[in-house]
Amino acid sequence: MPSLEHIANLVHDWLNAQFSPGLALFFEFFIIGVLIIGLFSILGLVLIMMERKVSAWMQLRLGPNRVGPKGMFQTVADTVKLIVKEGMTPDGVDKLLFNLAPFIVMIVAMVIMAPLMFAKNFQIWDINIGVFFITAISSLSVIGILMAGWASNNKYSLLGAMRSGAQIVSYELSAGFALLTIVILTGDLKISAIVNAQSDGWWIFKGHLPVWIAFVIFMIAVTAETNRAPFDMAEAESELTAGFHTEYSGMKFALFFLAEYVNIFVVCALGATLFLGGWQPLHFGTGTGFNRVMDYIPSSIWFAGKTFFLIFVIMWFRWTFPRLRIDQLLNLEWKYLLPISMFNLLLATLITIMGWHF
Amino acid sequence: MYRETAIVNESEVTGDLVINMGPQHPATHGVLHLVVHINGETIRKVEPHLGYIHRSIEKMSESLSYRQFIYVTSRMDYLSSHINNHACAMCVEKGLQVEVPPRAQYIRVIMDELTRIASHTLWWGAMAMDVGALTPFFLAFREREMINDIMEETCGARLTMNYMVPGGVMYDLHPLFQQRVKEFIKHFRSKIDEYDELVTGNIIFQNRMKGVGILTKEDAVSYGCSGPTARGSGVSCDIRKLYPYEVYDKVQFDEPLETAGDSFARYLVRLQELRQSMSILEQLIDDIPEGDIQAKTKAVLKLPKGEFYTRAETARGELGVYIVSEGGTTPYRIKYRSPGFSNLSALDHMARGGKIGDLVAMMGTLDLVIPDIDR
Repeated sequence: MPSLEHIANLVHDWLNAQFSPGLALFFEFFIIGVLIIGLFSILGLVLIMMERKVSAWMQLRLGPNRVGPKGMFQTVADTVKLIVKEGMTPDGVDKLLFNLAPFIVMIVAMVIMAPLMFAKNFQIWDINIGVFFITAISSLSVIGILMAGWASNNKYSLLGAMRSGAQIVSYELSAGFALLTIVILTGDLKISAIVNAQSDGWWIFKGHLPVWIAFVIFMIAVTAETNRAPFDMAEAESELTAGFHTEYSGMKFALFFLAEYVNIFVVCALGATLFLGGWQPLHFGTGTGFNRVMDYIPSSIWFAGKTFFLIFVIMWFRWTFPRLRIDQLLNLEWKYLLPISMFNLLLATLITIMGWHF
Repeated sequence: MYRETAIVNESEVTGDLVINMGPQHPATHGVLHLVVHINGETIRKVEPHLGYIHRSIEKMSESLSYRQFIYVTSRMDYLSSHINNHACAMCVEKGLQVEVPPRAQYIRVIMDELTRIASHTLWWGAMAMDVGALTPFFLAFREREMINDIMEETCGARLTMNYMVPGGVMYDLHPLFQQRVKEFIKHFRSKIDEYDELVTGNIIFQNRMKGVGILTKEDAVSYGCSGPTARGSGVSCDIRKLYPYEVYDKVQFDEPLETAGDSFARYLVRLQELRQSMSILEQLIDDIPEGDIQAKTKAVLKLPKGEFYTRAETARGELGVYIVSEGGTTPYRIKYRSPGFSNLSALDHMARGGKIGDLVAMMGTLDLVIPDIDR
């Protein structure tokens, strides 16, 4: 059966046979770039559609159902509308920063994709500091948001950006500690090594208590980091109209919107990789019929299934909970999540040293 | 004299940042304009600016006859239009010395309580939306739709009813009315617990509401607050209890009181009022007496010379109607004492020292309807 790994190897071999290694690498870069942009647009369409349908399902509504079968092309129509809109820059804004901000947010979301393992041996760059790379790059998105808020010359934008800055910087700590728990258990920062370590069981089963705590903290922290409700301080529409992107319209707004959804995908993919075994299928015990059936499902499906399950959970949060207040949000992080995750890190270290995990 | 106010960006005295919330802002539920002085996220001062939807209803009423001016009042507090109409009709009846037939009295009270439930369910959804939960809004509209359908069957309108006329009500009830109301109560009894599960018990929601926007009993009285806003501070002010009108003295119901005076207390009072309204409906719906729906009145009404005042408990508080008559077919002067105006005046006092998020939540618990404030 042709897997994604198989196709990637075929392309690699063919390019190397046709061209010199340098040129072949250049073409591979090009193909990857095109694929990432393609993945972006597909993710944007699918996730926005999914959000609409999930929210409609939770809110006794039908959701979009006019454009295309079951309204599936509604997002396409919306995207076309946003593309043909005038790219407006209001008077009195800092033109350079205002126009640069959406691209910074977008580039961060793109670069962060590099170490993710989408299927068995199917990865753009298996960098040896994979987890560290992801946490480092994801902190850059706050610069784009602060830039947008400051350059907009709007008080609501400024307040939104201030909130966002405080929030993202705080919650990165807990998210980082949660990731470190897995790094300690695995003993490696490399994404492929973390996934391989889970071949005999996902960390959420093997690592018991510290991993459960880390997983819950991770889900809370990434919801906050991606500015999703109940932590959507930065855009809190009933307080700050639209927060940091109040002044943006057309495609520049669409870039912020798309980056938000791609960020959700990235953090959920990371959660699936670290806690739920990445592309590894679900196994029980040793070599039974059940395991063989599970093995038959392609690894890409496993990865996508886990990721989309986590995305669904994050959407579920959004349509259920009210929003926190900014001081409560920071209290939650600094007074509760951070001490717990620090303690949890020590616990994970103890368990790893004593070999108490399965 | 009218004077254009300059847009202020920064307070000259304290150097605080000044933001204009509204007149177009998602949290103000209409065209309320709040000039908010903030220091970081902390609110220093809130200055409500009114007049964006002022339609001079009081002045208009001076040139309308005693039958006509009631219809305009549906547009004041559009969420309790029945109760507005009711208060005006009672005032005219007081002047005419007309006795309303018992059937009309029952119908009026039932309609009032249905309106109160519809208004409070909408408030519940909007309140949850103010603190960032979007789903409750749709749940609230499910229940509100049922009431609107009942209203549509009997009055022919869903929002501006114009159903109460001097001397009674305009039409008789729809044949299915009682059955529909019973179905609604049965449905709503099962759903109101869902409200509690989804929002009231939520830890985030409680943290947002408890201890913010505190209005003490003394302050509530001195600002002239009424309705659930004042009852959240422990002021007993239910007109239905204190000055019973129509058949309110025949039904058993409690006046919910909370003493904390914070946003959560106001929230709880309104949720309990929903349950009380349902119990009033249950007591009345089965024994609506047969008989006339309107007292005999002349085609052209003339109030005797004098001053007449009535009050009614709307979903927001005490609505007072004050008519000065010179003996003609139109009032000489009409004044409405609207609950929203007084409740809004307490906002500055409540909001100082809170956060921007608190301000939005407080406005939600005041249940402001802007046309009621501006008229």
